[in-house]
Amino acid sequence: MTGLPAGVRYGRPIRGGIHPPYGKELAADAPAEELPIPARVVIPMVQHTGAPAKPVVAIGDVVRKGRKIGEAQGAVSAPVHASISGTVTAIGNFLHPSGREVPSIVIESDGTDDWAEDVVPPVEPEGLGADALRKIISEAGIVGMGGAAFPTAVKLNPPAGKKIDTLVINGVECEPYLTSDHRLMTEHAVEIADGVRFLRQILGVGRVVIGIEDNKPGAIRAMAEAARSLDGAEVVALETKYPQGGEKQVIKAVLDREVPSGGLPMDVGVVVQNVGTAFAVHEAVRHGRPLVRRIVTVTGPGIAAPKNLWARIGTPINDLIAAGGGFKGEPGRVVMGGPMMGSAVYTLHVPVVKGSGGILVLHRSDTVTEEYRSCIRCASCVNACPMGLMPNFLSVAAEALNFDEGKKYYPYDCIECGCCDYVCPSRRPIAQQIRFIKTELRKKAEKAKAKAA
Amino acid sequence: MANQPTPTPEKKPVAPEPRLVVTAWPHVRTPESVPRIMFSVVAALLPATLVGLYYFGSNAAWTLLWSVGAALGAEWLIQRAKGEKDTLGDGSAAVTGLLLGLTMPPSSPWWLSAIGGAFAIGIGKQVYGGLGHNIFNPALISRVFLLIAFPVEMTTWPVVAPPFPGLDVVTGATPLGQLQIGRLTGKGLGEAVDLSLGAAFVGSIGGSLGETSALALLIGAAFLLSKRIITWHISITMLFSAALFALVFWLIDPHRYASPLFHLLTGGMLIGAFFMATDMVTSPTTPRGQIVFGAGCGLLTMVIRTWGGYPEGVSFAIVIMNAFSPMIERYTRPRRYGEVRT
Repeated sequence: MTGLPAGVRYGRPIRGGIHPPYGKELAADAPAEELPIPARVVIPMVQHTGAPAKPVVAIGDVVRKGRKIGEAQGAVSAPVHASISGTVTAIGNFLHPSGREVPSIVIESDGTDDWAEDVVPPVEPEGLGADALRKIISEAGIVGMGGAAFPTAVKLNPPAGKKIDTLVINGVECEPYLTSDHRLMTEHAVEIADGVRFLRQILGVGRVVIGIEDNKPGAIRAMAEAARSLDGAEVVALETKYPQGGEKQVIKAVLDREVPSGGLPMDVGVVVQNVGTAFAVHEAVRHGRPLVRRIVTVTGPGIAAPKNLWARIGTPINDLIAAGGGFKGEPGRVVMGGPMMGSAVYTLHVPVVKGSGGILVLHRSDTVTEEYRSCIRCASCVNACPMGLMPNFLSVAAEALNFDEGKKYYPYDCIECGCCDYVCPSRRPIAQQIRFIKTELRKKAEKAKAKAA
Repeated sequence: MANQPTPTPEKKPVAPEPRLVVTAWPHVRTPESVPRIMFSVVAALLPATLVGLYYFGSNAAWTLLWSVGAALGAEWLIQRAKGEKDTLGDGSAAVTGLLLGLTMPPSSPWWLSAIGGAFAIGIGKQVYGGLGHNIFNPALISRVFLLIAFPVEMTTWPVVAPPFPGLDVVTGATPLGQLQIGRLTGKGLGEAVDLSLGAAFVGSIGGSLGETSALALLIGAAFLLSKRIITWHISITMLFSAALFALVFWLIDPHRYASPLFHLLTGGMLIGAFFMATDMVTSPTTPRGQIVFGAGCGLLTMVIRTWGGYPEGVSFAIVIMNAFSPMIERYTRPRRYGEVRT
């Protein structure tokens, strides 16, 4: 990108990474449209990292939009809200984007779209303390909107010993094809900045750094403009490269700090929040609205009219694909999320959840699966690994079921970005193999612990 | 799935539920593949092959046919015997056969090429478990074997007489051979070696089939570098360290020691640096390791050329460094993100 707006600087390069075909042009310029209210939503109680929410409504209950229908359970959890107004018609196990069936609540729409009576804007939010704001965020069911879906209120509550000095706002959106954060930043920069204001208020930090890949000049401009209302905030343009938006990568790129191996961003004084999360915080703190919708990019070579849609949580992806003009050609893979880290689904009945940034449809012809070959030690994965690991050795160790050997190559440092898989000329499923090593080592450790006890 | 909601009549799926492929992430992959890499290497070797055919004619053609044919045949037979699916399609056996053929004397008897091709694949690769598992560069380990087992046949060099020499092969020493004889007989450099560097650049000198033309090899190397199949690390450090070594000795006594350019253009230095040392399987995967490896190859080559019993050192140097490759790799791991140094 040439000609950065005034006050915007370039970030540092990250190690490794790849340049897959981005496909962002398919939907980047399509303003986010409101998807019509779906006839029925299936709202999973598991849309976050942590304990599932517990249903607090019964079949036959009439609920209005924004009504809490699932209560958070335990310290790391998040409540769930009705995303449409209507009647609860079923409570049970339904298919989730992850491929498992999880406890969910089904609501049939009654055609109205009014907020529940308890959805009221907080009074004087600027005057609220950190605990009160965290409570609003937690009650609104806000989780990390970048995909990991970690409960935001928990992330905003670092242990007393950890001094936080910088809030990093992640607007990188490095996953190819996805443009939901791009649209949000372009169209709602002011609201995002407002959310950032409250995030900063909670953390008590002055410094805010907003990282955005340089393939989104419109978003950089809009955010730079909006950031002027925030004292001590700056926008940093980042090289377009996957996985630039990984939490550890973005911290390195904008602050030149490295999260220590095995540690968390707070160990280097940083909390990272996604732009979508900041927007959701604005909605909750400014308007009292819980998280019931998000922008979802419906895109890919297999979609007739790629676009960005404001979709209610729980909308079957079928509706979104229909809104995108249906399939173009024969669909091969339908992916919830981006092509690098999204999960392929086997049916179009799965619902949109809080962490769904996009629905990607790939052609059948682009979905060739072939047998993998021996590692030829070409070093592509070593060069591509953003964490400086040696995926080749991990892959070979997993293949030999030699998990102790695998342990020598730091599998726990792997962020599962899939760069190694992407570049492998032998088509080895390296990232999965590393995951396999991690799972087996964990099992082994648990077994040893049980034996010792 | 008792509770699975059935689609309501007014909300039919856009199409009948399609049959979808479900695999783990990532869902996109590079178009690069092992066969593409291998056939790119073959393509990169084409200029050198054509120059060899031009200068050495049908002898060269037969040498190449036998070495490639034997390599492919051995791969097929051994994998069949092991009950494995053959991997001829990945192109790696063809590359091995071609590389070996290009480093043989152009007038090799057919059986020498055939033994070489079969040894390269059988002993050089398949005994270790096939592609990716061998320790030594298969073509070079086979060449080293042939050099030791058939020293006369492996060092009988026809004099270049293009196009298409007659049946009588006139033999003579290669430039490095002359250098070696000169060293052993105490002659000065100018007296012993009869070489124009221009001839070495285009390839009209005595030597192995495909390594006489620096120009042709550089064209192939440029192709591989531009396709990012090889990186600069190994090749450039190998050439640089060899040149540096040569320069020091040349500056000490230019009458006894050949110039850096002489060493770079002769005796397979270029084919070794760009096509042999860069063999992915047998060289380190770490960037720093590749630099160490390349430097070692260059240095050892020069040590053998300067003090060794063989006029040519590239094959031995690379094979020796192949053996060090795992150790080099161990000590040159990339720095991990967030590595906590204790």
